[in-house]
Amino acid sequence: MQSQSHRFKQNVSVALEDVSLQKALSRVQEGFVDKRAAVVSTLPEFEQLREQGREIRNHVLDHLDFYLRRFENRVQALGGQVHWAENAEQARDIVRDICRRVEAKTVIKGKSMISEEIALNEALELDGLDVVESDLGEYILQLAQEPPSHIIAPAIHKTRAQISELFYNAHQKLGYTKKLDTVPDLVNEAREVLRSRYLEADVGITGANFLVAETGSNIIVTNEGNGDLSCTLPRVHIVTASIDKVVPTLDDASALLRLLARSATGQEITSYTTFSSGPKRAGDADGPDEYHVVLLDNGRTEMLAGAFRDMLRCIRCGACMNHCPVYGAIGGHSHRWGYPGPIGSVLTPNFLGLEEAGDLANACTLNGHCASVCPVKIPLPDLLREHRRRQFERKLQPLPARLALAAWAGIARRPWIYQPLMATGIGMLRLLSRGRGKFKSLPMLGAWTRTRDLPAPQSRTFQTLWKKQRGKR
Amino acid sequence: MSKARIGLFVTCLVDLYRPSVAFASIKLLEDAGYRVEVPQSQTCCGQPAFNNGDFGSTCEIARQVIDAFADFDYVVGASGSCIGTIKMHYPELFEDDPEWLAKARDLSARAFELTSFLTDIAGIDSVESGFGGELTYHDSCSGLRELGIKQQPRKLLGSIEGVSIREMQHSETCCGFGGTFCVKFPEISTRLASDKVDNICNSKAQVLIGGDLGCLLNIGGRLQRLDKPVRVFHVAEVLADMADGSAIGEEET
Repeated sequence: MQSQSHRFKQNVSVALEDVSLQKALSRVQEGFVDKRAAVVSTLPEFEQLREQGREIRNHVLDHLDFYLRRFENRVQALGGQVHWAENAEQARDIVRDICRRVEAKTVIKGKSMISEEIALNEALELDGLDVVESDLGEYILQLAQEPPSHIIAPAIHKTRAQISELFYNAHQKLGYTKKLDTVPDLVNEAREVLRSRYLEADVGITGANFLVAETGSNIIVTNEGNGDLSCTLPRVHIVTASIDKVVPTLDDASALLRLLARSATGQEITSYTTFSSGPKRAGDADGPDEYHVVLLDNGRTEMLAGAFRDMLRCIRCGACMNHCPVYGAIGGHSHRWGYPGPIGSVLTPNFLGLEEAGDLANACTLNGHCASVCPVKIPLPDLLREHRRRQFERKLQPLPARLALAAWAGIARRPWIYQPLMATGIGMLRLLSRGRGKFKSLPMLGAWTRTRDLPAPQSRTFQTLWKKQRGKR
Repeated sequence: MSKARIGLFVTCLVDLYRPSVAFASIKLLEDAGYRVEVPQSQTCCGQPAFNNGDFGSTCEIARQVIDAFADFDYVVGASGSCIGTIKMHYPELFEDDPEWLAKARDLSARAFELTSFLTDIAGIDSVESGFGGELTYHDSCSGLRELGIKQQPRKLLGSIEGVSIREMQHSETCCGFGGTFCVKFPEISTRLASDKVDNICNSKAQVLIGGDLGCLLNIGGRLQRLDKPVRVFHVAEVLADMADGSAIGEEET
């Protein structure tokens, strides 16, 4: 995918003015936040479950090589193949080569963030393949030619009217000539259109919510059932997953699934939880002839060894973005690189570098709401601050900001200079305010005063007043 | 028995912008039976440097704070954000420095935000204040999520006879201040402040109360720019019955 992270600030302005985006984002609150709160309140052990989730994921990261090899062995024993991809290019080549070898013409896809990460669709289309997204949200975005703006609700930024327009334009040639305006009608039309695509697909590509080392199974959760169909109908099934998706046992997966559904959509369990383990066996009624798992590293081993290790616990529920006030204001497209919201602000600079994506780490008030709802307790604000530390060390922040910070820090370290200097400054500011209690504008502080009054200092500094008063005591 | 000694952590914003919050804090702590002193060698907790990635300067400022408050039984400040930095983050800063780590942990254990100190440590459950009216309370993020401050200020405010609390929707959602965030990303910051203003106005309360001056300057500034009649005070001012002067951003009386 093409990154536009460096255009973050311009993207923010556009997003804030986008009326239909703002309307769509206002639904995140009722759709996700309230539902999560309701379902969590009915599970008294939810906090213990979070701690268990954190421990399971930490254990995996401590023994990642072991569990990955175990997973590989189990997949092979079931008759499947595991392919290791160090980077996006290798992963794309592996998938493309499989498609070429089996002479595929059509590919049906379940939702996969790894597919987004490695820009798989573009690569396969370039190779002449007809690629169809089967997740409704992804399908909408494929028609709109846009990247996802949310990891579990990729088309959350689209309004019903926009989707109706997209379907009307895309489906006319298939004989659907009516413009639809209700959600059930839109869903039914997509279902009908997609159904034939499942049947004609040669290859099904899905993501992975968890890879179970004990059984060699891939687990995906959906609410549309599209995952089942993408796994079972085509003659070849390819799973695209990152190496951090592995969990030791089915019990572990079960604990994490309980956390995932509640944190993501406020459901106790998703409508479909699909386990796929190897190709069709002799006597099986259905299933693919070939079963492949592409395991992508793409910088994750490096993260494992460094300060961002905790990030690899992530189970991609999206709760952090649902609860992020900045995401709520600007949505996921301002990031413009696959992973939006707080996890995107941590991950993207890791993948693309701080020069490219440094703004993301700063576009956060460090309010901590994300970490407080994270099902595996990732300290997201601390990780964002770590990016800022690296930016500071490498002098990547703009020069005026660095100079201002250096000047302030130089003074704040010296109380004997700080206090008289501040007393003088506050005295001047008070004179300027002429008792009006606030400023409508102030030179150098336009970023504040363009949209907010700046309250004026109440009197002299506290330290000045305290010295005087203490003298009297 | 001699009174326990409290070192008041003034906070830089209170020092510069609203001394009445510090005077109110002193009154509340003295009324609760403590001896309060104000070390002169304090400036700021170092959060602006910390959150902008300058950990070196943060450590220097932290050492200064640790030394200034070394001799007190408690350190109390009227800000969840500054006390959160001292209590939760100072020890992280010195993970590789055993000597200072021990000092940072020692300070951390003695550091408290004002309302949580009054209720949880001093055991106060009511205050006398002539302040009256319908209030709404903004939960500042650091106090809420780093220190678990939620019920303490409500308990104390609720004990004032003429006060009723009208909870706003999304009182736990960030107001968009975020320290230097508010000037680095002014558009996003303003949007969050506007959402907060809407929730405050919908609560029909006449007064906004909070425990962190940064948030109150931000929300107050946005309220006034939008000509909303809501008055803004720090919780310490109301609890100490010292909210009879101008509210934040109001013309001097």
